[in-house]
Amino acid sequence: MDVKLGQLGSWLAMRDFTPGGIMGAVRRGYDRYYNKYINVRKGGLGGISMVLAGYIVLSYMWSYSHVKHDRRRKYH
Amino acid sequence: ALCPLVLTAPAALRALPPPAAVGVLHATRPLHTTQQSLAPVSPLPEKGGEVRHGLIPEEFFQFLYPKTGVTGPYMLGTGLLLYFLSKEIYVINHETAAAACILTVIIYGIKKFGPSVAAFADKLNEEKIATAQAMKNEAIQTLQTAIEQEKKEQWRAEGRSYLFDAKRNNIAMLLEANYRERLLMVYNEVKKRLDYQVAMQTLKRQKEQDHMIQWVEKNVIQSITPQQQKDSIAKCILDLKALSKSAHAAV
Repeated sequence: MDVKLGQLGSWLAMRDFTPGGIMGAVRRGYDRYYNKYINVRKGGLGGISMVLAGYIVLSYMWSYSHVKHDRRRKYH
Repeated sequence: ALCPLVLTAPAALRALPPPAAVGVLHATRPLHTTQQSLAPVSPLPEKGGEVRHGLIPEEFFQFLYPKTGVTGPYMLGTGLLLYFLSKEIYVINHETAAAACILTVIIYGIKKFGPSVAAFADKLNEEKIATAQAMKNEAIQTLQTAIEQEKKEQWRAEGRSYLFDAKRNNIAMLLEANYRERLLMVYNEVKKRLDYQVAMQTLKRQKEQDHMIQWVEKNVIQSITPQQQKDSIAKCILDLKALSKSAHAAV
């Protein structure tokens, strides 16, 4: 991305937050990832393994409130 | 997170301009205004983006390289891991053991069978590409031969003047032959009629002659009286005797 950290606030305010805009952003992100890692002659393992790793991390975050109870110490 | 969007959707829709009047295409924006691009589609890239250890894209390492060198991202990873472990943001429980076993097996499988599976997949791709390429070449070849045949046909069509000359000659000859045939027919018919007239005249003259001869003969025979007949017979006998005498003398 070519946005400097200081301009992050103003850049975020400029974005299109309508449902159509959000769907467009999702579409663009998907197309970028797809054309870079999957839609190639000799695709490697990294293409899907990154998606799976992201899924693992996301599902861990969603189930953290349940996993919290398995902690060995109460105070860190 | 989606509820406020759902509630504001109808308001946003009402804010849109009303569609055009009935009878006109209901389009709120013009269609097909950009130029069609006829440029050929760029070919697929050979390899995808680089990914290190199958999980982290190479761009991350390049991003940190100017500031922290080669070991920067690894230090960051180690630090993050220790932080998560010590604060128990990542909790070690039975699932960790299961994940460790599964990951070991998966990584062992990939390291052992990865290249052969990749070669197989590449072979399938090659076959697909080869079939498509063959079809394309075949189509190009067919079109080339079609072009050559078309050129040949065009060259052939240039000879049509000769064809027309030959046809004209044929027709002229037919007309000539027909004309001469009819001329001959006319000649024959006229000759027949003239011959008929000539034959009629000859016949008439002949009949007149015959009739006259018969009439003269009949009158002469009638005019010969019996006395004249006796006299002529006696004269003939005397003549015959004289002749016989001269004949006997000659022999």
